[in-house]
Amino acid sequence: MHAVSFRNIAKDFPIGDDRVRVLHDCSADIALGQMTMLVGPSGCGKTTLISILSGILTASEGEVTVLGQSLTRMRDHHKVLLRRERIGFIFQQYNLLPALTAAENAAMPLMAAGMKLPEAAERARAILDGIGMQGQGDKLPRQLSGGQQQRVAIARALVHNPGLIVCDEPTAALDAATGKAVMAILRDIANDPGRAVLVVTHDNRIYNFADRILEMSDGRLIGDFAPDAFQH
Amino acid sequence: MRDVALKMLLGDRAKYIGLIFGVTFATLLMAQQVSIFTGIMSRTANAITSVREAEIWVMDPRVRYVDEVEPMRPVELSNVRSVAGVEWAVPHYKGLATVRLPDGMTQQVQLIGVDDVSLVGLCTDMIAGQRDVVRDPQSAVIDRNGFLFVWPQGDFATAKPLELNDNRLTVRGVCNTQPTFLTFPILYVTYDAAMEMTPPQRNKLPFILVKGRAGQSPEALAKRITQQTGLQALTTSQFQWRSINYYLERTGIPINFGITIALGAIIGAAITAQTFYIFVVENLKQFAAMKAVGVTNGQLLQIVLTQAGLVGVIGYGLGIGFTALFFFVTKDAPALQGFRLYGEIMAGTAIAIAVIILASILFSLGKVFRLDPAVVFRG
Ligand SMILES: Nc1ncnc2c1ncn2[C@@H]1O[C@H](COP(=O)(O)OP(=O)(O)OP(=O)(O)O)[C@@H](O)[C@H]1O
Ligand SMILES: [Mg+2]
Repeated sequence: MHAVSFRNIAKDFPIGDDRVRVLHDCSADIALGQMTMLVGPSGCGKTTLISILSGILTASEGEVTVLGQSLTRMRDHHKVLLRRERIGFIFQQYNLLPALTAAENAAMPLMAAGMKLPEAAERARAILDGIGMQGQGDKLPRQLSGGQQQRVAIARALVHNPGLIVCDEPTAALDAATGKAVMAILRDIANDPGRAVLVVTHDNRIYNFADRILEMSDGRLIGDFAPDAFQH
Repeated sequence: MRDVALKMLLGDRAKYIGLIFGVTFATLLMAQQVSIFTGIMSRTANAITSVREAEIWVMDPRVRYVDEVEPMRPVELSNVRSVAGVEWAVPHYKGLATVRLPDGMTQQVQLIGVDDVSLVGLCTDMIAGQRDVVRDPQSAVIDRNGFLFVWPQGDFATAKPLELNDNRLTVRGVCNTQPTFLTFPILYVTYDAAMEMTPPQRNKLPFILVKGRAGQSPEALAKRITQQTGLQALTTSQFQWRSINYYLERTGIPINFGITIALGAIIGAAITAQTFYIFVVENLKQFAAMKAVGVTNGQLLQIVLTQAGLVGVIGYGLGIGFTALFFFVTKDAPALQGFRLYGEIMAGTAIAIAVIILASILFSLGKVFRLDPAVVFRG
């Protein structure tokens, strides 16, 4: 099974009365146990593509299968459940709730699935401990550095043990050293044969963390490389 | 999710206090103004309800409220007494008069003339002197608030001389009464003394108070009196409501209070709705992130309802508490005496507040529901 398989994806956005096509005929398979990067210039459609692959946006054309489930005719409510149970998200902005502690923020997907806060926070704390956040679980986001906040976001993406982890520019708000540390954690996660990590980036300093790089340009997938073969 | 809701709300202390303030303010303004309004309205009827012995008030058909006085011919008293089923019927004088104090000051009073045999219509709760001092034609009883208004030192037991239309009169008794709409002191004398002291051309028999024989309905008896005498005969509660309705229809009081109450509701709603809206809009990015990681619209609704519920309960509780405190602190002030916070008013305010809060939520919740989780990917 592939983590994600997509065929002939197109996406149109309405612009006034017109529609503009931002993705054209994108097809690929994303393997489990790998870190796949999606790279390309700004505005080429990377975020739009991963939003479709993770069930946040719906494709205008084409087929998507995530962890064996077809998204093509899936109802919105089921997509929410799929995200909640099978997918972890890491955003460029950490998007943590300022009033919740690190552990409580990381526990959000478990709570969304109905787990009580104390138990969910306990599990989240264990994940935080595993990614260098020992003893930080009770701090509020504003008491944490950017790199620490991104680790909280990583813990939130891992806490429900998802098969697919989707990251949009996870290092863009971090300095080089902190970005590398965060990528090392994601790299570790991708080594798990039951998981796929999909990272959107245009930060060439981190390309070497990938197992595979998909290159995009103007809404099309134009290349599929091993990192050492990728010229930029 | 309830824990998350509370933490989000309490984590934003300024907004939280702002929300509670809005609800408290709206609650206080509505509950307090409605209470004062009902207090004033029931005062218009206190002159009627305080005469507990009488079941029926008989008066000229033109009378619309208790402070309006139209004369009846003295013979009407025996006409009423002759109606079948009347146990007793007594004259009751009620009118305005001016008294002169020894120092030359004058004071408007409500003069009540009660039947000198039965003393029906005389207040019962004496705090100084005896009720039957009024049987002496030169003695009077005054209400406590009136006494304090004229003699603020409050030496209730001291006899106080007065002059009423050149008749010498001594106040020898003080009683507690429910305040009436006209706030002048209430001076009680006998009906005959009132006849003596007031000018002969003035309205002489404004009311006849009636009690029916045991076992018959006052309504039926009142109808019979009207049929036989052509007078207006009303039961206590009919007359009470006729008076209240008169004030409701003919005075600016309801409109005035209506405006204040509406303003309270609108300002409270505006503060609450706006603060809530800002609270939600400022958290929109977080709500989007929650949606992206799998929080459903139903769970977001639960979060917002929990927050609104907490704010509503605390704000309403504080508002009602302040209102109750207000009436407690002012319970001895004559201007507010007898005003209370009724359960019905608390319930009505609770409903109004719930509507305000739900409207505030609807206003901002649409934004949360329509929110596209894809926005979390935008920088
Ligand atoms: N909701 C939308 N409505 C209309 N156009 C959109 C919408 N979202 C994205 N686009 C357009 O689609 C194109 C691709 O956008 P997308 O955000 O996927 O690019 P990206 O590769 O992630 O860029 P960046 O590296 O700057 O994040 C852009 O031209 C963008 O303007
Ligand atoms: Mg992007």
